[in-house]
Amino acid sequence: MTSRECSKPKIVWLQAITCNGNTHSLLSANANRLKLFLDSFNLIYHPSLTTELLLEELLQQNEEIDFLLVEGAITSNKDFFQISNQTTSEVLKKLVLKSKYLIAVGSCASYGGVHKKFEQNSDIFGLEEALEKKEISSLFHPIINLTGCPVHPEWIFQTLFSLKEYKKIGLDEKGRPKEIYSHLAHHGCTRNEYFEWKVEAKSFGLKEGCLFYEQGCRGPMTHSNCNRVLWNDVNTKTRAGMPCIGCTEFDFPRDNMLETKKNIGIPDQVPIGVSKRAYLSLAGVAKTFKIERLHERIIK
Amino acid sequence: MTLKEEKKNSIIEKSLLLFSKNGFYNTTIPDIAKAMSMSVGNMYNYFKSKEELAKFAIKYSTNILARDLREINQLQISSKDKVFLFTKKYLENVQKSPEVIEYFLRVYLSNREVFNKDCEGFLCVSEFVTEVMILLDEGAASKEFRQQDFFPAFAMIMGALGGFAFLSGEKVLDKEIVSYSDAVAQNIYRALKYDE
Ligand code: SF4
Ligand code: SF4
Repeated sequence: MTSRECSKPKIVWLQAITCNGNTHSLLSANANRLKLFLDSFNLIYHPSLTTELLLEELLQQNEEIDFLLVEGAITSNKDFFQISNQTTSEVLKKLVLKSKYLIAVGSCASYGGVHKKFEQNSDIFGLEEALEKKEISSLFHPIINLTGCPVHPEWIFQTLFSLKEYKKIGLDEKGRPKEIYSHLAHHGCTRNEYFEWKVEAKSFGLKEGCLFYEQGCRGPMTHSNCNRVLWNDVNTKTRAGMPCIGCTEFDFPRDNMLETKKNIGIPDQVPIGVSKRAYLSLAGVAKTFKIERLHERIIK
Repeated sequence: MTLKEEKKNSIIEKSLLLFSKNGFYNTTIPDIAKAMSMSVGNMYNYFKSKEELAKFAIKYSTNILARDLREINQLQISSKDKVFLFTKKYLENVQKSPEVIEYFLRVYLSNREVFNKDCEGFLCVSEFVTEVMILLDEGAASKEFRQQDFFPAFAMIMGALGGFAFLSGEKVLDKEIVSYSDAVAQNIYRALKYDE
């Protein structure tokens, strides 16, 4: 390790029960940003990348870790998942003791995600639930949940760079950085005008229409900046014609994600912050207008 | 309410009576002015035209129903009880101020051409339609009502109530209209209720 490397904050990326999606997401980051990240931090361990250390070595040595990033859910049930003959819970607890910051990368690490739905094992948790108060008492900062399935690479970078610079970031009541998760996926969606005038998309993948009424879009109920910090700098689900499935929320994944749950034709849930009465009266009025422009194909 | 608004409302109330009795075309602004003991010129200070008055009148009359239903919607009772309460309220309204419902049936529904600008779709009746939506939505969410399309469910409620008001207006009912309230509510509830 060169002396320059020594002065850079050390990052360890632990993989617990995961599909590897967040690692893939990280690797698909904008190349310049990824380079800046690798130049600014010292990624001393990542199981999918070539790093100098093995997990065993890391656990044995006394070295401090600045940022412990965890991808995947945690269980203390040996029968279901082990790494190097240890449960994910054991490995996590040992690493947390060496770390300053603990960051959940993705929805599984944050709240258990899809694995929590596994009925045969009731002992599957996100970080906060998997650890006791005293086990995290040595941390410099409350646990940070970077939710998303997968997490947006830019959210990881933004969080790490902010912490490196300011040592602290504001979190919402679900442990997510406010800067990233205060607005909704709906903001910046190119379909907002269709949403306002209640024009439905006729099918998935079309550029025209909103996906809220039939296809289950959760954009107006999902905290994320997907439509402002675009994926691959290019696009998002909703812009491309796939509904937001609310992957940054506590209840992800829900059942029937590509359907809008309705009662007698009325959406069961309405956008955050709007009362159902107000929403319904606006919707009823908006529906009476037929704006020709919004009923035409953009590219014929 | 300002003085002007109060005056506007009393003009609306009077015109509801005249419109529902004589129809939209047979009622003129001078007729309404006369009934109000106002000059025709002064009438135009409140409403620019008979069409405008007609549109305000439909908002005014459905808002009476909307207010009733909103109060009922806010009660902590079953959706079934809400249907029964609202039916009773509605039939009481028909008995107390038949012109309000008659106006809806005889003017709003029969003279659509008067309302096709600025009153399209739900524009002028939206407060009331919203309350019906809330009633249906909550009933289905709590599994008291079965899932179905909105319009057939809406028509089930409004058709039954409107039809009954019509029978009362035609004076063909044997008994007082409110005494039918539970029977009508029962029919509406059966059309909506959740079946295993
Ligand atoms: S598609 Fe979704 S995010 Fe886009 S406008 Fe419609 S509801 Fe909002
Ligand atoms: S648009 Fe919605 S589902 Fe897609 S990544 Fe963003 S928050 Fe997740």
